[in-house]
Amino acid sequence: MFRRLDAAATELSARTVRVTVDGAVLACREGDSLAAALLAGGSNACRDTAVSGSPRGPFCMMGVCYDCLVTIDGRANQQACMTPVREGMVVGRQSGAREVAA
Amino acid sequence: MVSATTPAVFDVVVIGGGLVGSAIAYGLRDSAEHVAVLDEGDVALRASRGNFGLVWVQSKGMGMGDYGRWTLGSTRLWPRLAAQLLELTGVDVALEQNGGMIPLLGDLEVEARVAWMQRLLAQPGMAPYPWKLLDHHEAAELVPGLGPEVTGAIWTPVDGTVNPLKLLRALHIAFDRTGIRYLPHHGVQSIAQRGGEFVLATAKAKVRARKIVLASGLHNQVLGEQVGLHLPMAPQRGQILVLERTRRLLTTPFVTLRQNDEGSWLIGDSQEDAGYADDVVTLPVLATLADRAVRTLPALKEVRVVRSWSALRVRAQDGFPVYEQSATHPGAFIATCHSGVTLAAAHALRLAPMIGEGVLARELDPFSTRRFHVQKT
Repeated sequence: MFRRLDAAATELSARTVRVTVDGAVLACREGDSLAAALLAGGSNACRDTAVSGSPRGPFCMMGVCYDCLVTIDGRANQQACMTPVREGMVVGRQSGAREVAA
Repeated sequence: MVSATTPAVFDVVVIGGGLVGSAIAYGLRDSAEHVAVLDEGDVALRASRGNFGLVWVQSKGMGMGDYGRWTLGSTRLWPRLAAQLLELTGVDVALEQNGGMIPLLGDLEVEARVAWMQRLLAQPGMAPYPWKLLDHHEAAELVPGLGPEVTGAIWTPVDGTVNPLKLLRALHIAFDRTGIRYLPHHGVQSIAQRGGEFVLATAKAKVRARKIVLASGLHNQVLGEQVGLHLPMAPQRGQILVLERTRRLLTTPFVTLRQNDEGSWLIGDSQEDAGYADDVVTLPVLATLADRAVRTLPALKEVRVVRSWSALRVRAQDGFPVYEQSATHPGAFIATCHSGVTLAAAHALRLAPMIGEGVLARELDPFSTRRFHVQKT
């Protein structure tokens, strides 16, 4: 479980933003990226890989590794580290490869 | 694990560790005891890392029926190669030979392609294979969500795909398992033959061999000159778009669009004369590729591009393969082709044993450089 650095904690506004993650409400801080909020909320894995289905979580936190993919408001393969939390966001685990509606 | 010893003189040295050289080296494992593969480093032109990975027959051989026959023969050997590699290395190269299609947008494309296929298969030397023109509805049965603009498609059961990166990896693991020496950073600078033995000056050390195989892609033109083989070459650039992995939707590949075994989508088949500029991609080409792919399969509009790249096709001037043993430097063989994936099985199971014997079979005569001797370059 990750803990916040004190310096970061004082710099961030304390306003709470609520999102749902797989149906459960998660209280986040305004200004957090969704990936940071997921880690702070105790979920280290947010997806299962496309090929083997093994669990993965945020790794680089800067948009490069694509290991923090989640579904956001019904859209698959969104990068949680590149997405600021927003009140009412509906987040889901990215289970394997996304579907293509043909 | 075979222990790889370094002899003073290798039986065969293959110059080039891409798909052509690797397939030949792998195929030599039974007929030559000491085989080495000389390769460049990570930064090389490497068509083997930029290709599309089709195991493809339709569209091959216009102007040389023998090439069509050699291609078809290779696709029939492919299941054996794939099974061998799986057993030896544990790597499944994801060979799928469920048929393939060329999409046709509009009546003009349909008419032109049908006439072209009829001319292709009527050539002397061609081996026949079944093919048919599918109308939109027949093609849509194979491709869920086929775009309304796709008027039809040429389909043949003999076409397919493989995962080309897994193929290259499997061949390199096979080197390890069978005692073939792989020597990277050994780009060959010059070749000399003294008393029936070749001395190769490389970026690292001198390497000696009784026989050599030139499989160095576009560099074959330069190295060929040193062993009396004059091969005019013309690189041709292709650009490829890679889309994110999705659940498997497309199991019958198009020549321009495929989904690989792990779900990635590849869009390709551009052709440009751009010299050796393989380090840039250009928006007009990529936009055209994307547009045609979305018209073929509109659902791809929602699928994101994750990568794009350029690579250079290895092509002799006329686009056909070149296989020959040098008349002036016996023991020096050359192998050049554009389709290192499709022809990997022929190279491993047919060509390599001939090189091991020291004589290329008569059926490869049409592929010698002699065909260029009366041409203007």
